[in-house]
Amino acid sequence: MRWVVQGLRGEMGSGASPASVATHAVAPAATDRRGPVLVGGGSEESLRRFLHGLPGVDQVGAEARAARLAARSIKREAKLAALDLAVRCVDLTTLEGADTPGKVRALCAKARRPDPSDPAVSPVAAVCIYPDLVGLARQQVGSSGVAVASVATAFPSGRASLRVKLADVEEAVAAGADEVDMVIDRAAFLAGRYGKVRDEVVAVREACRGRVLKVILETGELSTYDNVRRASWLAMLAGADFVKTSTGKVAPAATLPVALVMLQAARDFASATGHQVGVKVAGGVRTAKDAIRYLVVVNEVAGPAWLSPGAFRIGASSLLNDLLMQRATQLGGAYAGPDDFTLD
Amino acid sequence: MPERPGGGLPVRKTYKLFIGGTFPRSESGRSYPVTSEDGAFLANAAMASKKDLRDAVVSARRALGTWWGATAYNRGQVLYRVAEMLEGRRSQLGDEVAAAEGLGRRAALRLVDLAVDRWVWYAGWADKLAQVAGGVNPVAGPYANYSLPEPTGVVGVVAPRASSLLGLVSVVAPVIVSGNTAVVLASETRPLPAVTMGEVLGTSDLPGGVVNLLTGRTSELAPVLASHRDVDGLDLVGAEPDEAAGLEMAAAGNVKRVLRPGPVEPDWGRPPALRRMLAFVETKTVWHPVGI
Amino acid sequence: MELTAWTYSPAPESRQVVSLRPSYGLFVDGEFVAPRGGGFFPTVNPATEETLAEVALAGPEDVDRAVGAARRAYEGRWGRMRGTERAKYVYRLARLIQERARELAVLETLDNGKPIREARDIDVPLAAAHFFYYAGWADKLEYAGLGPSPRPLGVAGQVVPWNFPLLMAAWKLAPALAAGNTCVLKPAETTPLSALVLAEICQQAELPPGVVNVVTGPGSTGAAVVSHPGVDKVAFTGSTEVGKGIQRALAGTGKRLTLELGGKAANIVFDDAPLDQAVEGIVDGIFFNQGHVCCAGSRLLVQEAVAEAVLDRLKQRVETLRLGDPLDKNTDIGAINSAAQLAKIEELAASGEAEGAERWSPPCAVPERGYWFPPTIFTGVSQSHRIAREEIFGPVLSVLTFRTPAEAVAKANNTPYGLSAGVWTEKGSRAQWVARHLRAGVVWANTFNRFDPASPFGGYQESGFGREGGRHGLEAYLEAGDA
Repeated sequence: MRWVVQGLRGEMGSGASPASVATHAVAPAATDRRGPVLVGGGSEESLRRFLHGLPGVDQVGAEARAARLAARSIKREAKLAALDLAVRCVDLTTLEGADTPGKVRALCAKARRPDPSDPAVSPVAAVCIYPDLVGLARQQVGSSGVAVASVATAFPSGRASLRVKLADVEEAVAAGADEVDMVIDRAAFLAGRYGKVRDEVVAVREACRGRVLKVILETGELSTYDNVRRASWLAMLAGADFVKTSTGKVAPAATLPVALVMLQAARDFASATGHQVGVKVAGGVRTAKDAIRYLVVVNEVAGPAWLSPGAFRIGASSLLNDLLMQRATQLGGAYAGPDDFTLD
Repeated sequence: MPERPGGGLPVRKTYKLFIGGTFPRSESGRSYPVTSEDGAFLANAAMASKKDLRDAVVSARRALGTWWGATAYNRGQVLYRVAEMLEGRRSQLGDEVAAAEGLGRRAALRLVDLAVDRWVWYAGWADKLAQVAGGVNPVAGPYANYSLPEPTGVVGVVAPRASSLLGLVSVVAPVIVSGNTAVVLASETRPLPAVTMGEVLGTSDLPGGVVNLLTGRTSELAPVLASHRDVDGLDLVGAEPDEAAGLEMAAAGNVKRVLRPGPVEPDWGRPPALRRMLAFVETKTVWHPVGI
Repeated sequence: MELTAWTYSPAPESRQVVSLRPSYGLFVDGEFVAPRGGGFFPTVNPATEETLAEVALAGPEDVDRAVGAARRAYEGRWGRMRGTERAKYVYRLARLIQERARELAVLETLDNGKPIREARDIDVPLAAAHFFYYAGWADKLEYAGLGPSPRPLGVAGQVVPWNFPLLMAAWKLAPALAAGNTCVLKPAETTPLSALVLAEICQQAELPPGVVNVVTGPGSTGAAVVSHPGVDKVAFTGSTEVGKGIQRALAGTGKRLTLELGGKAANIVFDDAPLDQAVEGIVDGIFFNQGHVCCAGSRLLVQEAVAEAVLDRLKQRVETLRLGDPLDKNTDIGAINSAAQLAKIEELAASGEAEGAERWSPPCAVPERGYWFPPTIFTGVSQSHRIAREEIFGPVLSVLTFRTPAEAVAKANNTPYGLSAGVWTEKGSRAQWVARHLRAGVVWANTFNRFDPASPFGGYQESGFGREGGRHGLEAYLEAGDA
């Protein structure tokens, strides 16, 4: 995408040092599988110019497109494939003040083996929990392949000093988290202090020491799709592995058009840099029908390369049982009932 | 031509065409004698040719951008200025209309007064037509949607045969008030008041080319006007009944908007209505999403 | 195992909701009658080439009967009916269309070849909405801006095209009936079925006999309708060529005429456009209904600075379009309506290549039977190419570039047509400026191909005259009360 490349170069060129992506990149750790941080330098102003130079998003058009995709009719084999994929993309989540070790054990058991009656059902991608429960979760998931994702950085509001946020991350990583779900400083973003947002993401990324970093934009507080697109780019430029819609604590959480806009950003970013960033939708995805709609959007907007847990996640809890129920219905021909699946 | 009270020979006027804001003779060099209702010689009028008509269409097309691009308020002011200028020619036109239409001076002056008032009436429409003929459409979706009338473009007018001034004004004013430009074929047998009207227009702040007035043989010029592909609309009010159908047929070549003649020439003394203005406007509808 | 390509399984809409009769008569004076000319002709499913039904071919005598019935109805009960009562009949039609929506959608898809998604989500609901909108006008005509006592014109002869068979019938019938006229509707030769179901709906609504008559047949039937001396008003939607012929034929008759003809709309994309939505608008603009749309955005004018970005995205997007079984709910591009139309599209596309434009289509399997044309984009097109000037009426987009707003507008207006146009820019003042300078009856700014019964639709220049939709649509069926 020429406009993107020109935009990036423009951004680089506006700084004082020689214009090239390489010289501005914050060198990643040798073991780091991730791509370079593309805007390590550059002034607040040049960052602002770049983000505001992204093409706008027309709300009505974006929502109409999402609605059109939501009307896709997914049947039979395609539906079964989608349900299986959706299960594998779930970040099975509990983020409550009332989360106890018992709750987390049950969650991990469900994550490892979502349907005890059918071993063909794959484990979910990850469990997503608060940092203080990481150690326990780590122990519970064992070598099942289920990753342990920890929210951090003063989740969900992000209202703490950078020092506190980084300590939060470091503890989670030390306790064995494979993935870190951080929140951006929405106040700074809405005030136009993009550099501050970027610097925090860069700092958290370093603190992650190679763990997968998901950056929560909290799109429900960003108000416009233009902001969603800019925040997505900002997070990707700062080194996010995933951009994530929501904490689940703010309404509206994930919506189809928001996911659409984020997937477009990820697609454009990949096309500009060659680096694939994943997208995670979280909050409000409760039914298999919803999940399949998201997969349709992933498929048709970003492309099949995003149709895997490596590039798409759904943060959810009750969704999993609905996926299993619909899957059983597809396979068995009869509608399943809620008591056929475990409540955890 | 009235006698000079103090004696001496009056200076006669050469009746010329009005094209692009100037007053040329016909490029063909032709003219024809115009007589009064009782057969007396009045003057020679220019007999416009096809090429004159072509030039008139070019002028009208050129003027379109300026005239339509002017604010509606400005067009209204210009039309009102026409009324002011016409008022100043009241006496002269009284004589010309009387001679052309075989009326007494009093009756002729009444027609001139009506013509002045007609300009005033249409002048007021310039900045109101869009409000009356346009509007906001409540579509079922998150869109701002409005319709507004825009000028059709270059409109050919075959002016009324009988009513040499009031009829002319009653058909030209509604064409130009919305931003169209006009190529007008004056009444063939009663062209002189139209020429004087052209002189009024030429001194009324009306941009050159907005109204072009041709005198000559309707049967020669009207078919050229009707088939001209750079003319967008056609008012046939003054066409001979047996010729109107052929002109309408020719107008279909580029899907002209045609205002057809009635069985008899309208009574121009009746109050005007929206109809003649609406005949030569295009409704444009614009959609835009409403979102944040 | 990762999903490398996720193919959607077929999701066909059921044909069972439609029960086709083997043959259909003409709808005259409230009854289905056999044609006196005696002939029947087949109507086929363009996606399979199977014959769906035999339909009566109305000759001049049949048209005469229909016009006679319409005249009697006009001079009889319908003409004397109060507006409030007329309104209730038209409301009934709207409701009955809604009740039979699924059947009508499937029928439209079978006969026309359009994707069921469009028939279901656009054609049928909009048709019902038109009746609903105009029903409300029937007892308010004195507020329509045509003077204190506007009068209906009499018998309206209405000839509609094959691209939106039911919707175009609704656009014609709804305002005509609301205004108090009676109608003789002539559906297109290749898509008569939904109009015949609409005739059944008129029966179910107990519309007085003769108020709506439907005469099916080829162009000669249409010619008989428009030239019938008993017709007071002609409304035609179709090609500019035929429209000019009708305008000529009506010269001197005094019949009122409205024409909705062809187009070659420009869709202008500026460098500051919301690009993803612009790409959607381009796709909607040209691939909606296989491009069988008079207002299709068939000329993409894209500002040079973003030409490459727009084309990349556009091609990516077009690759996701699904061509095939029109009854499949996931189909985006259905069948071309007829062999003749397919031949015309193929001929013009070939001319594009011959004249040096670069042709592109996504990899796209085309069914063996039926009439199909893949979505096609021509780049390197100049104004002089036939594909930039002539209406293709198919899924073929011509891409041109521009540098400045003035150049964009000049190129957009450089056509004898003037039906619609699009402009994409995030700068409000520029959108308004462009909208003002485009010579087109409908301008979509940051959107495209949106329709609504309250929104007037119709062309400038050789795209016709008169408006359909909104208050303006009534003018076509009323005589001003102050004339």
